[in-house]
Amino acid sequence: MSAGYVLRRLAVFLVIVWVAASINFVILRLAPGDPVAGILVRIGQQGGSFAGGDEIIRSYRQAFGLDEPFLVQYAKFVASFVQFDFGPSLSNYPTPVATIIGAALPWTIGLLAVSTMIAFGLGTFMGALLAWRGTPEILRATLPFLMLVAAVPYYLLAILLLAVFAYGLHLFPAAGTAPIGGLGATGLTRIGEILGSSILPGLSLVLGGLGGWMLGMRGLMVGVLGSDYLMLAEAKGLSSRRILFRYAMRNAILPQITVLALALGSIVSGAVLVEVIFSYPGLGSTLYQAIQNSDYTLIQGITFLLVVAVGVAILILDLAYPLLDPRIRYGHA
Amino acid sequence: MAMRDARLVVGLAIIVSLLLLGTVGPALVGPAGLHMGAAGYSQPPTAEHLLGTDPTGRDVLAFLVHGTIPTLMIGLLAGGIGTAIGVILGLVSGYVRGPVDTVIKSVADVAVTIPSLMILIVLTALLRTQSIQLMAVIIGLLAWPYSARAIRAQTLSLRERGFVTIATLSGRNAVEVMFLEILPNLLSYVMASLVGAISGAIVAAVGLQLLGLGPINTPTMGLMLQYAFQYGAVTRGMWWWWGPPTLFLVLLFGALFLISVALDGLANPRLRRATAAA
Repeated sequence: MSAGYVLRRLAVFLVIVWVAASINFVILRLAPGDPVAGILVRIGQQGGSFAGGDEIIRSYRQAFGLDEPFLVQYAKFVASFVQFDFGPSLSNYPTPVATIIGAALPWTIGLLAVSTMIAFGLGTFMGALLAWRGTPEILRATLPFLMLVAAVPYYLLAILLLAVFAYGLHLFPAAGTAPIGGLGATGLTRIGEILGSSILPGLSLVLGGLGGWMLGMRGLMVGVLGSDYLMLAEAKGLSSRRILFRYAMRNAILPQITVLALALGSIVSGAVLVEVIFSYPGLGSTLYQAIQNSDYTLIQGITFLLVVAVGVAILILDLAYPLLDPRIRYGHA
Repeated sequence: MAMRDARLVVGLAIIVSLLLLGTVGPALVGPAGLHMGAAGYSQPPTAEHLLGTDPTGRDVLAFLVHGTIPTLMIGLLAGGIGTAIGVILGLVSGYVRGPVDTVIKSVADVAVTIPSLMILIVLTALLRTQSIQLMAVIIGLLAWPYSARAIRAQTLSLRERGFVTIATLSGRNAVEVMFLEILPNLLSYVMASLVGAISGAIVAAVGLQLLGLGPINTPTMGLMLQYAFQYGAVTRGMWWWWGPPTLFLVLLFGALFLISVALDGLANPRLRRATAAA
């Protein structure tokens, strides 16, 4: 893997982080008046109140240097964001936003990682089967139905699953089993509880994602199947399974990984809303609470973190890509 | 032939029926049921209120028919803005090349990877958008990178074709070549981009509303779902409340998906042959 490739990918990642922090800065400036005071005043008008409002304003002003020249403000803002210092949560003052995020983050990462891997792996495999001659008719007839399901956004699938399983059949806990950030039970019970509250959100994300990967992989397989090297493999007498996995899929799959990098943003956005529907104790539900409480610092912190998380995932995919595609590893592409 | 594609026909038929619901419906069901306390509270469907009522006494059917056009409007406005910006930037980037291309391409490449819902959440949480038009415009302004990338890629290959050379030699300037020579040849891609952008815009708008960040002065499917979700309608078994907007959106997204797959097939004959064989 060439050093230039790694450096370029790293640069893109840093740009994403910088842009995300800057957007937050600009948006705060878009609102008229002092951002923090303005938010607190509005919450006051809506009937809410905060202990130590003046103190919050003072600490926020100090932390983000709101009394200083514009460029200094900007530099300080970006610097603290990049260090995940978002100041204190407005609705849970003085708990830092970072602490609240830290408690909910593992739940979201776990849900996202597992369900995305299942959806991608299974969807890609089924897409390949759809284009493959040896696939049984019954699969060809039923699999395209899953593609239609993928047209429905994750949160609508979540609502439907909630209605069928949690309300209709009483099979799974409808709401999260744990308060955000902590469970009393330990060991196996705890694992069971985590799985129980993850199954429906995970199923929404898998069902919603499958079809897209199937559709993409089917198209890619069609492009590969006419190739001469497959005919050669067949002529050599290789088994049909070996040709499918080692020759056809291996070559067709590469663009799917690029698409995965591009799709991560919408998967994360979808997961946030799915969490809200199921009251899953991750960042999505925390974000929902923050919105209900007009806790702007917490909203900023969570959205920024999710943008950065997507950036990190894309960076990892980009760096793994050359391992799968020798043309990039040796700098020929 | 386009019209022989069953997916396109089914997709368009669904869209037309939804439009009928939104145009004929309000003529049959007056806006009276939109107000709180206008009908009974949390009533399952009856002959008088065909889709029942919500806990504040609003008629679900009235909300559904009066919310149809505003919901579609958000998609059309946001999708239209996003696609228009994307097509212009994609054409310029692909045709002019050079530093302009480098800048537009780099910005679009970074922008597609940023989950735009996060930006939308921060924006709407602070600005508290109070009209569906403003929300649609904000969504549209963030929706351009996808179509810009698609149109740029196609423009790159079209600009090397003979008819572009002939147009240039016959004295057409760059703007004329881009919009009068290249753009008409990209119509199927533009349409596919538009359908995708409309679908994405409605997904984003309903998502924002589920989070409680949308305008609450216009009936939309997103607002219905927002109210229903906040009240816990699903776990309380009030299917007549959360069901209609969910079904509406499922049909809408399904139809847009069928249309976009059909358009992809038109633009990419190799895929079409494979589907026909399968």
